[in-house]
Amino acid sequence: MAITMTKGQAGLTGNSAIAYAMKQINPDVSPAYPITPSTGIVEEFSSYVADGAVETELITVESEHSAMSACIGASAAGARVMTATSAQGLALMWEMLYVASGMRLPIVLTDVNRALSAPINIHCDHSDTMGARDAGWIQLYSETVQEAYDNLIQAVRIAENKNVLLPAMVCLDGFITSHAIENITLIDDAAVKEFVGEYRPVHSLLDTDNPVTMGAMTLQDSYIEFKRQQSEAMARARDVVIEVGREFGKKFGRAYGLFETYRLDDAEAAIVILNSAAGTTKVAVDELRKQGRKVGLLRPRLFRPFPFAEIAEALKNVKALAVLDRADSMSGFGGPVFNEVRSALYELEKRPRVISRIYGLGGRDYKVKDALAVFDDVLKIAATGKVDTLQKYITL
Amino acid sequence: MSSPAVTEKKQKVSVPFDYNKYLRPNKLPHIWCPGCGHGIVLKAMLRAIHDSGIEKDNICMVSGIGCSSRTPGYVDFNTLHTLHGRAIAFATGIKLAKPELKVIVVTGDGDALAIGGNHFIHVCRRNIDMTILVMTNATYGMTGGQYSPTTPMDSISTTSRYGNIEPPFDACGMAKAAGASFVARGTAYHTIELEKTILEAIEHKGTSVVDIIDACPTYFGRANKYKSASQMMETIEKDGTVSVKQADKLPPEKIEGKALRGVLHKIDRPEYCEQYSNLIVEKAKGK
Ligand code: SF4
Repeated sequence: MAITMTKGQAGLTGNSAIAYAMKQINPDVSPAYPITPSTGIVEEFSSYVADGAVETELITVESEHSAMSACIGASAAGARVMTATSAQGLALMWEMLYVASGMRLPIVLTDVNRALSAPINIHCDHSDTMGARDAGWIQLYSETVQEAYDNLIQAVRIAENKNVLLPAMVCLDGFITSHAIENITLIDDAAVKEFVGEYRPVHSLLDTDNPVTMGAMTLQDSYIEFKRQQSEAMARARDVVIEVGREFGKKFGRAYGLFETYRLDDAEAAIVILNSAAGTTKVAVDELRKQGRKVGLLRPRLFRPFPFAEIAEALKNVKALAVLDRADSMSGFGGPVFNEVRSALYELEKRPRVISRIYGLGGRDYKVKDALAVFDDVLKIAATGKVDTLQKYITL
Repeated sequence: MSSPAVTEKKQKVSVPFDYNKYLRPNKLPHIWCPGCGHGIVLKAMLRAIHDSGIEKDNICMVSGIGCSSRTPGYVDFNTLHTLHGRAIAFATGIKLAKPELKVIVVTGDGDALAIGGNHFIHVCRRNIDMTILVMTNATYGMTGGQYSPTTPMDSISTTSRYGNIEPPFDACGMAKAAGASFVARGTAYHTIELEKTILEAIEHKGTSVVDIIDACPTYFGRANKYKSASQMMETIEKDGTVSVKQADKLPPEKIEGKALRGVLHKIDRPEYCEQYSNLIVEKAKGK
């Protein structure tokens, strides 16, 4: 598809923008298997491949398990590798996700967030990537089409950084972001090429002068050391995300950090929420601010590694907050983002009260009125210091 | 067992067939596109089940993911809509837990032969008593027309813009080679014949596979310049196939490149669940 730009802006769906970023990045190999709602990405990308607009080897395999396996093989051989999936597709990759991160392969994957079965549902929630949160992959979440496009380009740099060498996934909301058209600013092909740079793998199976073994058997003698190194690399990724986000901002005018705050500075009550629903919440924040209520928002962008200290610092003056999760960890104690945020706040001397709300599973709409109702609860808690309902489902 | 069923069948022909007995009308309209072959296959399948005389509560219909896999949602049997490629694995569990159920798997070529190819060959090898209806339209319809393992070479799809370079599977050849004791092919175009073939498959004991050629006009048809759904059916299903019964009488040039329709392979071979239960009984008896 030819992209027509007017004054540097193009109207693109999330999927088209991701496909376009992939075209600009021009990975060496892209193994893929279709699944709603991410299919459009590879569909459009396959046109770029067919038209010779990229040099990528597109491998259409017979399942997502094979797709991630092929990603691992190609990446271990020294190729720059990208793929895309959703929900069951990511779930079927599970076994391989851990192999990719354990072998320290900087594969970049786009996950268009969709609910996991059963019951079958093709619409947005975050149960797929939240399930993969401990797989050793860097996770970047995106509120808008623009951010998804920008995140993907940055993800390549973050994953391939020599201090990191970990796979990264960029997450955007199924249908809400993947299929909605937004006017976004595209970066020049040459500038993207320069930003991501040429990929020179640190270790590669095809480098026969320096033979290496990857993923081999390690028992009690060394397995734990590998995991420690992996864990340290993940912790280092935090700084790299900051550096790359800053450099991206300098070059292209859109800077990114670990999270975004919105009218949070003097806020007494706040909502913490991921991805597209943050946009809806900002409208509620504005409405309440007009009435003089001190409310704000924090939207994590980097979820893995989780920026514990920075998030605690940003929320330390808030009296009460609600963490809204579009996934339930089924632990009996709120959603995954809630647990991370609450744990991050534990280090503070004076801790805000925190409640968990699960919303929008399986694509259920989350509206401004829902955000207002949550703020209502949080403001009451901020005023009284008393929590009535620690956790509950909303948008029912 | 088979002869009384035949007389019963004859009597039933005069009884008007009531689709509502087998459908869940509140789940309609279905999602299939105009011109899609899946609706015709659904009809043939329901009529075959009706003719078999099997009580609908004794049937369990299982599917994976894809356009054809939406079938169980519309029918009033015990139904299970599972994961992409895994219908046969779920069905195997059901059959072992409740061997008295008639298990029917409704699947597509992408579901059964690509992501679920492993389960497909192993159910055939074990000869577990179930009927597998593979709706082969050479396409992943639900995700927008990617090529599948049955897409003919040179065909255009969303993932083969300048023609497919991968040779396709012959689902029947694969089922037979893997050990299925009943292998047949039908098409949506030959609806009455298909109904009979499905009935025979249902009545067979052991793994019965019916490869059903039907058309996806929305993706495969448009991408490959078929003028209409009916023209597509005529070209692929009518002109592209020949009945096994006629094949013997035709000169080789008339059958070249055509897929054979009808029952292609039928043998008697021990069925897995029966062997399993015999073994348990035998071992329980002791020496
Ligand atoms: S996409 Fe193709 S297979 Fe699916 S319902 Fe439409 S015509 Fe049938």
